[in-house]
Amino acid sequence: MEERLRRTMMFVPGNNPGMIQDAHIYNCDSIMFDLEDSVSIAEKDGARMLVYHALKTIDHESKEVVVRINSLDTPVGREDLQAMVRANVDVIRLPKTEKAEDVVLCDQLIEAIEREIGREVGSTKMMAAIESALGVLNAREIASASKRLIGIALGAEDYVTDLKTNRSPEGIELLFARCMILQAARASGIACLDTVYSDVNNEEGLIAEVKLIKQLGFDGKSIINPRQIQPIVDIFTPTAKEIEKSLSIVEAIKEAQSKGSGVISLNGKMIDRPIVLRAQRVLALAKAAKILKAEEIDNVF
Amino acid sequence: MTIEKTASAGTLESSDILVTVEKGEPKKGVVIKLTSSVSKQFGKQIKTVITECVQTLGFEDLIVTAVDSGALDCTIRARVKTAIYRACGSTDYVWEA
Repeated sequence: MEERLRRTMMFVPGNNPGMIQDAHIYNCDSIMFDLEDSVSIAEKDGARMLVYHALKTIDHESKEVVVRINSLDTPVGREDLQAMVRANVDVIRLPKTEKAEDVVLCDQLIEAIEREIGREVGSTKMMAAIESALGVLNAREIASASKRLIGIALGAEDYVTDLKTNRSPEGIELLFARCMILQAARASGIACLDTVYSDVNNEEGLIAEVKLIKQLGFDGKSIINPRQIQPIVDIFTPTAKEIEKSLSIVEAIKEAQSKGSGVISLNGKMIDRPIVLRAQRVLALAKAAKILKAEEIDNVF
Repeated sequence: MTIEKTASAGTLESSDILVTVEKGEPKKGVVIKLTSSVSKQFGKQIKTVITECVQTLGFEDLIVTAVDSGALDCTIRARVKTAIYRACGSTDYVWEA
C-alpha cells in the first residue's frame, strides 16, 4: 500500500462552490468532497457536475483528493462513479459498506471505466466506510476485498442508530467497532480512519477523542470543519524527545547494517524490527508536521 | 437533447452563480442576460464561458439568465451544464476523461 499520512480527512459539501474552491488552503492531509449525505436529493446532479469540474480545474497539489459517492444501489451512485473516475479523483469513498461484495462491485465498475478511458487499471483507489453492525462484523472481509483499498473508516452516526443507541462523550458505544475496524485494517495493511466529531465548538471533547483513537492505533480522523485540523495535527505530532529517540534508533540500525551486524543495540538495549518501524512512523509524522526537514529524514531512512 | 422546459441550477450564495436556461428563438443565437457585481471586470469572460459551454452541448439558440456572485469558471461551466441537462430532462451525461 502507498504510505502517506492521513491524520485529517476534511469533508467538503459537494454543492458548495465557495467551500470547494477554498478547500486546498487548509492544512488537512486529505480533502473529501461529499456527494452523499450533505447533498439533498434534488441537488445530486448539480453537486456531481460541480465537483467534476472542480477536480478537472483546481490543483490540490500534494493533498489526497477523495470523493464520497452515493450508494451504488442507486443510479445516482453509479453516475457519481462515472464522473469522478473520469475527473481523475485519487480515491473513491464508498459509503455504508456492509459486505465484501460491495467493495468488489465498486472495484469492477471502476475497472470498466478505467479501461474505457485508458486510465491505468488500479490507479483509482478506494476507501470503504463502515456504518452498520453488519459492516463492522464483516470488516475483515471488507478490508481485504480489493487491492484498490487504501483504508477503511468508521461512520458513527448511522452505526449508533443501527445499534439503537446514541453517541456519548466517552464513546464507549463505539469501542467495539473501532477495535474491529482497526484490527481489520491492520491485518490487511491499510489505513484506518475514525469517524467525525460533530460538536465543532467543543475542542476539549475533540482532543479527548483524538487522544483515544491515536492510542488505539488509528491513522487519523474525518473532520467537518477546518478548525478541527490543528488540534488533531498537534496530537499526532511527535514530541522533541520522541523525535530524538527515533532518530537515534534509525541511525543506529543504519550504522549496524553498514557494518553487516545482525544484532543492533542502542544505549545497551536491543533494537528489533517493531522498534524501528515505530521510530520510522514517528519520523514520518515529524516530517509531515514540518518539524524535520526532508533531507534530515532522507539521511536516516 | 432538446430543451423541454425552463430550468435553473446554482444559488445566489457567494462564489456561486444561479443560471436559468430557456428555449431561444431560432437563429437568435445564445442570448445571455448577466447580472454580476463584477460584470465590469469579468462580464466578457463570464459570457464567453457560458457561450462555450452551451455550444459544447450542441445548442445554438438559447436564452441564459445568469446571476453571478463571483463564481470561478469551473463553477459557471458546472451550473450551465446542470441547468441545460435539467431543461432537457436528460441524464445522458457526457463525462470527458
